[in-house]
Amino acid sequence: MTTIKRITFGAAALALAVAAFQAPPAQADGKSIIVQSTTSTQNSGLYDYMLPIFEKKTGIKVNVVAVGTGQAIKNAQNCDGDVLLVHAKPAEEKFVNAGFGVKRSDVMYNDFIVVGPANDPAKVGGMKDAPKAFKMIAAANAIFASRGDNSGTHKKEVRLWKAAEVDIKKASGEWYRETGSGMGATLNAAVGMGAYALTDRATWISFKNKGTYKIQVEGDKQLFNQYGIILVNPKKCPKVKQAEAQTFIDWVLSKDGQDTIASYKLNGLQLFFPNGKSS
Amino acid sequence: MQDFGEAFFTAFSLLFSFDADLMEVIGLSLRVSLTALLVAGLIGLSIGALLAVTRFPGRGVALVVVNSMMGLPPVVVGLIIYMLLSNAGPLGFLGLLYTPTAMIIAQAVLILPIIAALSRQVIEDLHNEYADQFRSFCVPTGRMMAELLWDARYSLLTVMLAGLGRAMAEVGAVIIVGGNINHLTRVMTTTIALETSKGDLALALGLGVVLLTIALTINAAVMGLNATAKRQAYA
Repeated sequence: MTTIKRITFGAAALALAVAAFQAPPAQADGKSIIVQSTTSTQNSGLYDYMLPIFEKKTGIKVNVVAVGTGQAIKNAQNCDGDVLLVHAKPAEEKFVNAGFGVKRSDVMYNDFIVVGPANDPAKVGGMKDAPKAFKMIAAANAIFASRGDNSGTHKKEVRLWKAAEVDIKKASGEWYRETGSGMGATLNAAVGMGAYALTDRATWISFKNKGTYKIQVEGDKQLFNQYGIILVNPKKCPKVKQAEAQTFIDWVLSKDGQDTIASYKLNGLQLFFPNGKSS
Repeated sequence: MQDFGEAFFTAFSLLFSFDADLMEVIGLSLRVSLTALLVAGLIGLSIGALLAVTRFPGRGVALVVVNSMMGLPPVVVGLIIYMLLSNAGPLGFLGLLYTPTAMIIAQAVLILPIIAALSRQVIEDLHNEYADQFRSFCVPTGRMMAELLWDARYSLLTVMLAGLGRAMAEVGAVIIVGGNINHLTRVMTTTIALETSKGDLALALGLGVVLLTIALTINAAVMGLNATAKRQAYA
């Protein structure tokens, strides 16, 4: 066998081996949609619980891309998704008003909480007033870990600092530390450096690396966390699978979908409270 | 920290439970990275061999470029491929975003410079040894490349393993172009990233141990085959 033949043979054998290895995609014929989503709904296990119920009913496979709300909206603007499920109402309304989304509907809510180390250096434990607690954290120069990633949680946090009249830009890199990562990564960082952090309750309940951390501030009306669902506009994005995406949205807002969300519990605690209205 | 002990325990109980989800994730990891290796290998070895035996103006610049591309950050590769494959991008009509194919492309782009640059060095060294013989027999370039590739095969195998290692270990590129979609584009590294973000550090580390075990198995198998082949070749 000449060298060239040997190489061709080797390459062909390798190609064949890999080709045999290429299993056909799981849902080549089935219908599927892409949901651009915030991370809390995925990290808390809600999708793992509710999507199989929907898929069984309709045969539509829901593929979830869970990124921060900021990135999810950006991806949807690039037409890389059929449905948007996030939690930053002003940004969502802007998305719809700019023509990227058809209509925004409330889906469910829970609340944000401020978590911190057990020794509570800023002495905010048990407080209700979130801006006041933020002010005390700043006054105590206690470390605060921010998402810093333009996510729904980050946007809420920035609004709270504004309400607290604290200039976080000045403190950036000092006691105010922007991780620039997702909720889970930020909580890991906060626990690692003894920092306070703002998180949604669902992510916190399902989070496993809590260390000595406790909920320090909760119950403020301003800590309300509303989730919304939007159909990406087929006029802007002709590839949107409108029928399947609308079926999903309708189901999420239906009594069945809302009951499914309400029945999802972790450690005996309900994580999301449905408040959608089917239209 | 008790997490380490727990991680190893988790790793082995995971491996030997043959958990269907885990097997799916491992299978996709192997499928994506091996295919990327095949694609990058065919192109990268050709480029490497060509750069090794030919002389042309600007070759020095080409070598510097290929060598420095070895340091391409995965997240940058992911971002570029995302922007190309996005429905808002020039290749959006292909509908490849959030598919295993997109992940294969990203990993292939990532490891192509590694294979090209390392194989170029290996082949060039060998070429220096053979240069006189090639010249006296007037061997054409194509034939020369083929001979060199074959004779350097054992060293090139290590080059390929370096490429495979990089492909299997990276997370930055596949998480952007694949989207870490459950049962569709979730691979070992993106699962580890997800479990870390859930704060389940023991499970994340356990999956890391599983990934290492797979890498060890592949490397050991290749080394074993290599040794056998060498024994037969020189017996």
